[in-house]
Amino acid sequence: MADKKQDVPTIIRKHKSLKKNLVAILLDIQAQHNYLSPESLRVVADALRMPLIDVLGVATFYRAFSLTPRGEHTCLVCMGTACHVRGGPKILEEFERRLEIEPGQTTKDGQVTLETVACLGCCAIGPVVVVDGEYHGHATIRRVGKILEKYYKPSPSDSPAS
Amino acid sequence: MITFRMNNLTVQAEPGSTILETARFYGLKIPTLCFHEGLTSWGGCRLCVVEIGEGTRAKLVSSCTYPVEEGLVVRTDTKRVWAARRMMIELMLAMAPGSKVLQDLASEFGVTRVRFKPKNEECILCGLCVRMCAEQMDAKAIGFQNRGHQRKIATPFNIKNPECRLCGGCIYICPACQLRCQGPQAETTLCNACLTMAPTCLDHYDDLQCWMYDNGQCGTCVREKSAAGKIAETTAASHHEPKVR
Repeated sequence: MADKKQDVPTIIRKHKSLKKNLVAILLDIQAQHNYLSPESLRVVADALRMPLIDVLGVATFYRAFSLTPRGEHTCLVCMGTACHVRGGPKILEEFERRLEIEPGQTTKDGQVTLETVACLGCCAIGPVVVVDGEYHGHATIRRVGKILEKYYKPSPSDSPAS
Repeated sequence: MITFRMNNLTVQAEPGSTILETARFYGLKIPTLCFHEGLTSWGGCRLCVVEIGEGTRAKLVSSCTYPVEEGLVVRTDTKRVWAARRMMIELMLAMAPGSKVLQDLASEFGVTRVRFKPKNEECILCGLCVRMCAEQMDAKAIGFQNRGHQRKIATPFNIKNPECRLCGGCIYICPACQLRCQGPQAETTLCNACLTMAPTCLDHYDDLQCWMYDNGQCGTCVREKSAAGKIAETTAASHHEPKVR
């Protein structure tokens, strides 16, 4: 998918430069570029003849959009009621400790973005962690490391221990 | 003309007008915060709520956005309405405890305590400045961003917007900013006229040349100047050559 990035004007043309397609345009830019850069938002605002602030209002409203580059892998930790009582916050803490970031942030090397989610609808296997769409049920603090290993290899310079 | 009942009076109004307009025409007092004659109604502050309908079907609506209907029954000052208004004032007061407008409303409605944690945001998200900027000034330099408890009013990317002409309309209309002018500040604040325009009220406190044309009415210059040497320092630092008169 990320092999060939469509540039922003192409995406806008694809949606016929219509105001009503703003969300679709932003979604496409997000998918292609992994985030909405200030420049791309300015281009969108100009092309759709909208005030920049309105475009930003939409871009900051939805969780699907990110104004900072997202990592290659997205790690969602469920904070829904069922996962919460089964220790979701502790698992999130473990992720925070290992990745050295807070929810909503991306690791320095741009590999993993950590996010929380309200409920994923599979409370039976809670606490749930989803990495790149792959569900890991019955998560425990011990298994956090194993889950991360599968996707994330910290570069030697980053890890303070070695 | 549309005929309906308001507080047991039979009243008439032009089609398309709102309950609030009719009430004000007949001299009934309805408090408002996010409403301004020159701007579109928004229905955000919920202070202007009135009760419509009868019996169990009675409900609260914002009168500034509710168009009049034939046979409507409106009550503007029931217990329920006052309770709702009191709660709104209490909530908004927690957001901006320093606002004189809100404090006056609180005393008027007998709100004597705030049970919520004060946030000191100096903004109640009434959207007046946003509408002022878009509708009267035609600039659209500021707007709402984010959502829920993170919702805020800001310029794009929190930096000075080229669309902004520093007209000061947003500050003029704001009911919550306690200090109309807070002196030169970071790039993230909305006005910053002191940094870009000379003379400033901070620089030349003696002969007030306030750019907002209400020469020291707000009293900010006086307070800022005498508050501490710290502010004087920042002022001096931000203006490379302090003018001597």
